[in-house]
This record gives sequence, C-alpha cells and structure tokens, in this order.
Amino acid sequence: MPIHYYIYLSLALFCIGVTGVLTRRNAIIVFMCIELMLNAVNLLLVAFSKMFYGFGLAESPNSIVGIDAQIFVFFIMVVAAAEVSVGLAIIVMMYRNTHSVDINFLNRLKN
Amino acid sequence: MKVIIAFILLWPLAGFLFNGLGRNFWSKKIIAYKATGYIVASFILSVFAFMNVQEYGAVTVHYFDFINTATLKIPFDFKVDALSSLFLLVITGVGSLIHLYSTAYMKEETAPHYARYFAYLNLFIFSMLLLVLGDNFVVMFIGWEGVGLCSYLLIGYWFTNGNYNAAAKKAFVMNRIGDLGFLLAIFWMVVKLGTVSYGDVFTEASLAKLSSTDITAITLLLFVGAMGKSAQIPLYTWLPDAMAGPTPVSALIHAATMVTAGIYMITRSNVLFSHSECTQTVIAIIGISTALLAATIAIKQNDIKKVLAYSTVSQLGYMFLGLGVGAYTGAVFHVITHAFFKALLFLGAGSVIHAMHHEQDIQKMGGLKSKLPITHLTFLIGCIAIAGIPPFSGFFSKDEILTAAYEKNPIYYYLGILGAAMTAFYMFRLYASTFLGKFRGTDDQAHHLHESPIAMTLPLILLAIASAIAGAIGVPEIMGGHHWLASHLTAIVGAPHTSHLAPTTEWMLMGISVSIAIIAVIIAISIYRKKTEEEPQTALGKFLYNKWYVDELYDAVMVRPLDKLAAFLKNTIEKNVIDGAVNGTGKMVQYGSRQIRLMQSGQVGYYILFMVLSIILLFVLWFNDATILRFFYKLTH
Repeated sequence: MPIHYYIYLSLALFCIGVTGVLTRRNAIIVFMCIELMLNAVNLLLVAFSKMFYGFGLAESPNSIVGIDAQIFVFFIMVVAAAEVSVGLAIIVMMYRNTHSVDINFLNRLKN
Repeated sequence: MKVIIAFILLWPLAGFLFNGLGRNFWSKKIIAYKATGYIVASFILSVFAFMNVQEYGAVTVHYFDFINTATLKIPFDFKVDALSSLFLLVITGVGSLIHLYSTAYMKEETAPHYARYFAYLNLFIFSMLLLVLGDNFVVMFIGWEGVGLCSYLLIGYWFTNGNYNAAAKKAFVMNRIGDLGFLLAIFWMVVKLGTVSYGDVFTEASLAKLSSTDITAITLLLFVGAMGKSAQIPLYTWLPDAMAGPTPVSALIHAATMVTAGIYMITRSNVLFSHSECTQTVIAIIGISTALLAATIAIKQNDIKKVLAYSTVSQLGYMFLGLGVGAYTGAVFHVITHAFFKALLFLGAGSVIHAMHHEQDIQKMGGLKSKLPITHLTFLIGCIAIAGIPPFSGFFSKDEILTAAYEKNPIYYYLGILGAAMTAFYMFRLYASTFLGKFRGTDDQAHHLHESPIAMTLPLILLAIASAIAGAIGVPEIMGGHHWLASHLTAIVGAPHTSHLAPTTEWMLMGISVSIAIIAVIIAISIYRKKTEEEPQTALGKFLYNKWYVDELYDAVMVRPLDKLAAFLKNTIEKNVIDGAVNGTGKMVQYGSRQIRLMQSGQVGYYILFMVLSIILLFVLWFNDATILRFFYKLTH
C-alpha cells in the first residue's frame, strides 16, 4: 500500500484528537483524544519504519534500517499506559472532589 | 651612574612622600629642613652628573620597559647629556633657593598646610626632572603632565578662595589643550616611526621615513604642546592668572622652570624642527607676537606680580623667536639667564609683598629703597638684567637671539628691539614706583616695614650674583669670548653657528638695543619716581590695562557658546531625547505587558489552542523548506 494512505489516515486521526482536546470540556473525552493523537503518531512511525526497512532490504539483504522507529512505538505505548493510569486516577479524584469532570471547572486556581 | 641619576629624581619624590604623608605629624622645622634638604641633595647629584657629562659625554641609562609589545617598545630610560644636565642644574639649583626662600615666606601657614605646600613643591621638582631626564617623548610626557598637575595644585594652594581655584582650573584646562597637541604628535610618531626614543627618532633613517607633511604636522603639534606649557598666544592667559599661587610658586613654576618645558622640548627635537621651514616661521611669528603683546600689557598693570607675569610671557616669546629663527643655543641661554633673573625678581617681589603685608598694588608702594636695602639692590640687579643692559646676563642672551633674528629677517629684529624697549620701560616703571619716591601705603604698613629674614634674602643675593654673571657662559666671539654654551650644546643643536654678519653690523645691533633700553629706563624712572597716582586712563591705556580684552574675547568666543551648548544639551537633549527614550522604554514595556496579561485567562482550552497554533506556525516557518517539501512530495506521489 502506498505510504500516503498511512500519512492521510494518521493526519486525520491526529486532527480529530487535536480538535477534541480543543473543543471538548469533558475530561474523559479530552483524555481519549490525547490517546488518539498518540496513536496517530504511532501509526505514522510504524508506517515509515516499514517503508524505510523495505528501501534498506533493496540495498542489502542484512539491512536493519528503520527498525528503531518501532522501538520508539513501544516506548510510546508504555508511557501512554502509565499516563493513562495517572490521568484516570486524577480524573477520579477530580470527580470525587467536584462531582464533575468538566475541565473548565478547575480554573478556580485563577485569582 | 645609574643609581646617581635615579637618586636625582628619587630625593624630591622622597620629599613629596615624607611631607605629603606625614603632614599631620611633623613640626614645621622638620618639614622645612627635609623639603629643602632633599632638593639640595638632588642639586649636588646634578652637579655630579653635569661634571660626568663634561668628562665622559652623554649617558643613557635603562631602568625597565615601560611598554613592550611586538610592534612598539617604549623603554623607561633616562638620558643625561649636555642639554638635560644644564636643565638639571637650573631646576635643582633655582629650585633649592626657592625652597629655602619658601621656608620663611610661608611661615604663617599652619603645619599641615606648610607640609602640603612643600610636598607639592617637591612633587613639582620631581615631575620637572622627569620631563628633562626622559629619553623618549613618553617619559617626557609623564613629567609634562606632572608639572601641569602640580601647577594646578600650587596655584590653587589657598583653596578656600574661589578666584584662586578658578585660576588653577584655567591653568589646568589651558595646559590640557596644549597637551592634546603633544599627545597627538606622539601618536603620529608612533604610527609613522614605531618609536618615540630620541635616539631613534632624530636619525637620518627615521627622517627619511617621514614626508615633509608629516614633519610639519608633528612639529606643529609639538609646538601646540609647547604653546600651552610655555604660555604663547593663544594659550598664554593662564600664566598671568597663575599669580594666584604663593609668590615663590610663581617664581619656581611660572618663571624659572615649568614654562621653559616647551623650549626644552623644541630644543630637544631641533632636528625635526629644522626640517620644517613652515613650523619655524610659525614659531617665530607667534614668539615675537607674544613678546610684543605681553610687553604692552605689562606696561599698564599695577599688580607687582602681574607685571612680572606678563614680563615672563614676553620673555618666553623671545625664546620662541630664538627657536623659530634656529638660534637654539640662544633660546637655551635665555632660559638659563631668565631662570635666574626672573626667579630673583619674583622672590624680590615676594619680599616686598611680605614687607607690605600682602599688598600687591604698586600704586600703594614707593620709597621702599631705604627700608628694604637688600631687596632693593637685588631687585635692581634683576631689572637691569632683564632690561638687557651689559654686562648683566640678560643682555648676552637677548642679544644673541636678536642677532640671529636679524640674520633671518630684519623685521623680527626691529620688533624685538621694540619689545626690548618696552621690557626696559615696564621693569623700571615697576622698580621706580616700588622703590623710589615717597611711601604711599597706610601708616600701619609704614610702621611694620622691615627687611625680610636671612632665609629670604640669601636666595635673593645668590640669584642676584647669578643674574649678574651668568652671561659669562655665552660671551659672543666678537667680544673676545668663546661662547662656552654653544660649544657645550654642539652635540644637541649642531656646530656653533658662525655669523654671516660683519662685526661692525653686530656691534651696531648691540649698540642700538642697549641704547634703546637705556633710554627706556631713563624715561621710565623720570616719569615714575615722582608720580604718586597713576595718570587718568586714556583709551589705549584702558585697552592695555584690560589686557587687550583677550580674556573677554575667549569668554565670548569659547566659554559662553560652550555654556550655551551645554545648557541646550542639558535642557533639551537630555530632558526630551534621552530621558524620553529611557522613560519611553519603561512605559512601552508596562503597556505591552498590560495587554499581554489579558491572554492569561485561566481557561486551559485557550492555552492549548495557543500551543497548537504556535506549533503550526513553527511548522510552517521551519519546514517551509524546498528539500523537505520535495521529500514529502516524492513520498506522496
């Protein structure tokens, strides 16, 4: 499959994520949108990795060009998982204190 | 030799430190003994150095490198040769006498001020010796600045008097103007020659490197320096005002030593000056104009010290005339004789002022002849010497300059004779109104009139003897002498000048100058011996009395426009432009931050929106690059 399909797909996912973060006030949805952006990036990394690996094989059968991108992907997944647990915990605490998951409700630090 | 030369300098410096640092501890007696003793010690060493030069020739001693870089080397060297050893003798010799005189003259001062006075005097001698001893223009310049500083300090010695402080500042500023010229000349030499040592600059090889424009520019700039220090038109007005200092200071600084620095410097660089016809003409013209201008002013002054001050300016003019016409020996000769008789006259004036309880107006004196016999006699000798009547010293030196001027251009000679006549006139006007006739002061003053103590009369007597006989070092050949000074200075200014004039002409020139001087003396004495009041001021008299209004002219041309400019800069530029810019910056920052603060609303969404927009902007700016765009284009097509 041509690479630009992947690019368009991850671009679309990323934009959806950004739009969600910018427009929604529900903390859980904002959170999900962040995950969406992370995964859009992951998808792109994997796609490029595959592409460069293919280029490398054409040059030499022992090539390992491009595989480091996949390692990044795993790292991002791990970090994302950790982030989810922390983030969800914050949201739970937030709900317990305010009975709401509206992020704008937390601007009370102002003034 | 190295040690001896160093100690010529170190004694006065030691005196300065001793008196300057210990001014609150020592008694006046100790201060006086030490200060005078150090200068006398320096004089003895100078005599030794002089003998040494006579015997073995010039010596150059190296102490350390003052500036040492790849392209420029300025060693801290001293040179004792025929010229500098002569100046050493004059400076320390006359200096010792003036120190001795000061011990009695300044007696009324309290001990700390007494010590301060002697510290300054010693520092002055130190600077002057440094100026004379240096083997390059930079060391000379250090001394040059030093004497400028000391003259400032000494003129403003009575610092509680505002006028005296103004005079001190005037002297300093005027000197600074000249110093700038000197400094530029040094820079010019450094750029063109890469050296400032006398031994390197005055060689044929160096002169070959300089174009005639360079030489003219350097010599003119050096002359500007000499103008400031030696009080020539247009920078002479500080010298008469410098009479604000104590009288011995006037004698030391403004008659015998400091003002001769310019003559020393030009004589030292005579090799350069002889190569520039233009500069020599300028020097001669400025010299003779100064001599005449100052002489006319001196005729109408009533302050005993002012008359002497203008007479100094006038005599310096003669010296510069001598330099301008190439009579370097004559100029140095006149420096030496002038040092004696002018120091004598100033100290005599000091003695009169002392006796008169700080009265300086000659209209209120008169008839002091019998009351101050020693002062009277010595002062008379000084007057005869400066008037140029043989066989006193002034005659020989002045005559040598005038003869050389006649050879160059008779106009110089005639103007010089005119000046000499005025010199004789104003000196004997001063003498007659001070010592002859009836006493015109108050009864109180008359009651207290007394001859000065021995510490003051002894220097007078010694200087009178010197003034009377100093001419012997330069008796011209037609009088059967062999002009010791000319042969002494051969190494510096070239072989003695052989006159092209017929002996009869020379005799005639001498005869004219002497007879004119004697006529002027007789006229002056006959007018002023009986006179009790100055005649009513005529227009010309007023003009001369007010010193040609030169001070007013400078005030109008330089000082007031500068004041106005400063006021304009202060009130308009400073207040509006500079303050406006500074305050404007502050206001702009305040206004800007007040506006930008609105962006911090506390709404997280907005923050993120700004973040996203900024990142997009960043991408557009950074990745809007042909290679990257082409790469993506290739990927997607």
